[in-house]
Amino acid sequence: MIAARGIRKRFGRLTVLNGIDLNVARGSVTAIVGPNASGKTTLNRIILGLVRADAGEITFDGKRLDGDAAYRARIGYMPQVARFPENLTGRDVMTLLRDIRGHHAPRDEELVESLLLGPVLDSQLRVLSGGTRQRINAALAFLFSGDLLILDEPTAGLDPISAGTLKDKIRRERDAGRALIVTSHVLSELDEIADRIAFLLDGVVHFDGSREDLLRATGESTLERAMASLMRPMSRTTS
Amino acid sequence: MSTILKVVRYELRNVMRSRWVIAYGLFFLVTTELLLRLGGSTPRALLSLLNIVVLFIPLVTIVFGTIYWHASREFTELLLAQPVQRGALFHGLFAGLVLPLSAAFLVGVSLPLVLHGGLGRDSIALLALMLIAGVALTAVFGALATLVAGTVDDRLRALGVALGLWGVMTLAWDGLILWVTVAFADRPLEQPMLAMTFLNPVDLARVLLILRLDVAAMMGYTGAVFSRFLGGWIGTAAALAGLAAWALVPGLFALRAFKTRDF
Repeated sequence: MIAARGIRKRFGRLTVLNGIDLNVARGSVTAIVGPNASGKTTLNRIILGLVRADAGEITFDGKRLDGDAAYRARIGYMPQVARFPENLTGRDVMTLLRDIRGHHAPRDEELVESLLLGPVLDSQLRVLSGGTRQRINAALAFLFSGDLLILDEPTAGLDPISAGTLKDKIRRERDAGRALIVTSHVLSELDEIADRIAFLLDGVVHFDGSREDLLRATGESTLERAMASLMRPMSRTTS
Repeated sequence: MSTILKVVRYELRNVMRSRWVIAYGLFFLVTTELLLRLGGSTPRALLSLLNIVVLFIPLVTIVFGTIYWHASREFTELLLAQPVQRGALFHGLFAGLVLPLSAAFLVGVSLPLVLHGGLGRDSIALLALMLIAGVALTAVFGALATLVAGTVDDRLRALGVALGLWGVMTLAWDGLILWVTVAFADRPLEQPMLAMTFLNPVDLARVLLILRLDVAAMMGYTGAVFSRFLGGWIGTAAALAGLAAWALVPGLFALRAFKTRDF
């Protein structure tokens, strides 16, 4: 559904992405993992058009992204830290996004209910706790049943029950044929939901395959250990 | 187009609720009322008001505008992850800044004048011109604020740059003009002065009104020069075109910066 070819991005002198190739297919969860500052969030934001790549191209269903915004009607995005206009309520934001997307857009309020957001939707966002805002953030990403869902550290800051609800939702959306991109540091969680793992290191996709492939290739028993063993040779050469 | 309107509608609601804009409108209301009571004749009150307008509108607009753009960063990021074109969002946000400030100024100045009544034909023309000049200054300094906020990421530094810009265009500029007149007193200065006027939107707005008052000589060197060279409607049109350019050029640079930057 999404194909990235040779994506490069520098911020000042810092090269964050140095030729990323990645395909994301329908009906699967692609986990983007990697150490801190490996460019996971930047890659997500390039797919969304929030950040402009210096080189490379991204195609969405075979159509090259060229600055037209219409494709984003099919994407739901959950940023790592949701930054909302502070004086609005959750309901205001939902109404606003509905206004922007048009009232005929398909709607999915399942998470609003299952994350128990009813009682907090009418409070101003600035008075809500970080976890509550994150729950609203999650519900907003799924609100328009996008064909592609980009979730940046979706379970960070969520309590175990909400995280479980969200992971169930991720599985259901995958089974419904949607494509999902999930980044996370909590590898045990990715173990449960990821169909495919793309390991980012030094600005390139260092490993790309199913979790079984990854475990087999490294001879480890868990994702955590497999990732550590992928990073080890690199840290030896750099230190 | 419809996206622009949706953004404007949202921002209008947001900005109109802000105490700043209400206080800004009240300031013009009270000042105009006071000047009318104390100043006697309407043209003289308008002249005093003009001096306040050309200082105060740039200051409030550039400071409020810079804060406004930084404060709408969250909103911008939220919307840019939606099917919204950057250009549409930019125009919506810009209108959301300039429209409420212009409205507060228009209502604040006109209300007392209309209530007092007895406006002669000349005064009405003068008032209309002042309202146009005020709105033009709002657009110019709104565009400058947009450019500053769009290119300086740090909030405090952006505010500093904005205040500096205001200081140069209002306070320091008069000093510069004075210095030029003294330093080159023995040479013909008409044309350089004319050029310098176009380099400063505040001066342009002042000139726009002075040309309609018979006080050009009292209002400083540039005013006198301008009325001699470009008196009448040609001068007014030239000053208006200059102001439009002052709003468009920074605005277009800001738009380009907004379209290419990373969020």
